[in-house]
Amino acid sequence: MKAVVLQVQNVGKSFRDYGSEWRRFGSWFGMHSSNVKDHWVLRNISFAVHAGEALGIVGQNGAGKSTLLKIITGTLGATEGTVRASGRVAAILELGMGFDPDLTGRQNSEHVAGLMGFSRAEIRTLLPRIEAFAEVGAYFDEPVRTYSSGMQMRVAFSLATASRPDVLIVDEALAVGDAYFVHKCFKRIREFRDEGTTLLIVSHDKSAVQALCDRAVMIDRGRLVADGSPQEVLDFYNALISEKENSTVRQSRQEDGAAVTVSGTGEAVIDSIWLEDAAGQRVEFVGVGDPVDLVIRVRVESALARLVVGYVIRDRLGQAVFGTNSFYTDQVIENAQTGDQFEFRARFPVNLGVGTYSFSVALSSTETHLVNNYEWRDLALVFTVANTQRTTFVGMAWIQPQITISPCGRADASVTRIGAGQEARVPDGRSPS
Amino acid sequence: MKGMPRAIWSYRHFIVSSIRNDLRSRFARSKLGAVWMILQPLAQVLIYSLVLSRIMVAKLPGIDSPYAYSIYLLAGMQAWSLFSEVVTRSLTVFVENGSMLKKIVFPRACLPIVTLGSALVNNVLLFVVMMIVFALLGHFPIYALLWVPLLTFVTAAFSLGLGLLMGVLNVFVRDVAQFMMVVLQLWFWLTPVVYMSSIIPERLHAAMQFNPMYWIVAAYQDTLVYGRAPEPDGLLGVTVAALILLACSLLLFRKAAPDMVDVL
Repeated sequence: MKAVVLQVQNVGKSFRDYGSEWRRFGSWFGMHSSNVKDHWVLRNISFAVHAGEALGIVGQNGAGKSTLLKIITGTLGATEGTVRASGRVAAILELGMGFDPDLTGRQNSEHVAGLMGFSRAEIRTLLPRIEAFAEVGAYFDEPVRTYSSGMQMRVAFSLATASRPDVLIVDEALAVGDAYFVHKCFKRIREFRDEGTTLLIVSHDKSAVQALCDRAVMIDRGRLVADGSPQEVLDFYNALISEKENSTVRQSRQEDGAAVTVSGTGEAVIDSIWLEDAAGQRVEFVGVGDPVDLVIRVRVESALARLVVGYVIRDRLGQAVFGTNSFYTDQVIENAQTGDQFEFRARFPVNLGVGTYSFSVALSSTETHLVNNYEWRDLALVFTVANTQRTTFVGMAWIQPQITISPCGRADASVTRIGAGQEARVPDGRSPS
Repeated sequence: MKGMPRAIWSYRHFIVSSIRNDLRSRFARSKLGAVWMILQPLAQVLIYSLVLSRIMVAKLPGIDSPYAYSIYLLAGMQAWSLFSEVVTRSLTVFVENGSMLKKIVFPRACLPIVTLGSALVNNVLLFVVMMIVFALLGHFPIYALLWVPLLTFVTAAFSLGLGLLMGVLNVFVRDVAQFMMVVLQLWFWLTPVVYMSSIIPERLHAAMQFNPMYWIVAAYQDTLVYGRAPEPDGLLGVTVAALILLACSLLLFRKAAPDMVDVL
């Protein structure tokens, strides 16, 4: 195990209500009042992050994530507990902080780099790097008020990540600007991680957490409620936001150590689920492009006005590859009675890349599981896609191509070698050369 | 907090660039730019001169220039403008930079220092202009030049002490800034800037002694108008008072700093 870079020990934060500001003033000079009311927004938070590790922090709005980040960054003091970080800690809590609209991108970069604690000599070496990464061209020497918001984000992000820190804290700042720049931002953050920077990322963007993090923690109502692989924690998070008063969240471990999260009211339950090949045989391994049936048997436990069955195919990182439900396909079951059983059958070709995939299955009353969640089951079924009879390919989808190769430009050569109008076709089942 | 001077030293370039940006952005899109910095106090002096010179000129013994009153006004304004700018801007400096304090780690003491620095630059510019005006009016208080740095230092220390104290309290009780703005107006008229202390009734003179700005303004007028040394006891007293006030507000700042971000 690598060295611990960031140690958060029993951190708690209380916003104190002194009743009167005079009592607060008194407290600075040792006068303790009994009338102080504590509002704890964080309590008993402990975790350690190792060098080069990427930790995602998830939780609902108001759960205390941002407060925790501010405490780790150091702008906010903890009421109890300690945060110890080694090396340079950089935080992107808000992009464009400290920018003056009347100053140019260059002047702002110089100024804010100073605010971030860089010396003048360091700033001089960083500026060309900031300018190059931002790619705003001549605008770099124009006042920031003339920028589009995307351009301002470009400059702000390249400034914030101009120098590789030992710990980088990012708060919801990743989904900015155009797609090209977002890719560039992710690339830079990945490079930092590969070079040994420890990452702390707060994001509602699940794919960002899954793509970047190797671990995640979940904060709920100021407490640390989950700590594990991003997949596991995000499943738990998903289950929790769909939670109603009378529903439960259960997480159990499979033999291989993966956690299965099940939540819901239980008014309808998934009885069994399997995958069938074209011959009606239950399978766990399927070939690329083969047709399969996903079969879900549902049992109704109490009378329901509406029942929608949905599923999502996820890759091994938990990213959704494809998902739909019987609401979208206009096949809602209506007026289901207690004891009714339904078989849901979805037939599709497995146009997926080689790898392991899973199904998440949901039973609810509408297209979103946030309204009436009867049962939500992550990792309900795991299957493996193998390439047995297709051409070799890379990537996560099987998109069958028709590739034609014909000579052009040197007309003579094509005539003598292949003959006019004839195309060189790469036959199916052989790799293109 | 022992590391405060060192932290500030390592942020010196940031402080300098903040002061520069502050001045630059204040006049960024105006044609006359920094000239406005000078024109505003000069216009004020001109207005007072036009309105009050007839009444006041007889009360200024000791100088025989027909512009005696304008010279007197400029000297007082030199002190008052520094004081009022530092106090006014320190009052709101933490509140205005609240989101920055919450999101970026930097020595918080930089903020009042930037405020002070920017006000000092203004003050020096005003002083240069004042010297030019004096020269045009045929008034050459050469002797005064020796005193001005000390007087500026005392004014700055007193203003920063008061401004920082009130600025910290204003983070928690926002009425403080509103209250201080009223106090500053009243204070201006309780200090002999546009009038002479000689017109104040004798029985109020004792009360006047407790106004630190009275001593500061009087010292500016002594040196710049009359070309004589300020009254030593008064100047010493106000210097000690200013340093004590500054020390107290630094202590308060140190105690309050961890709480400030909680309520911003």
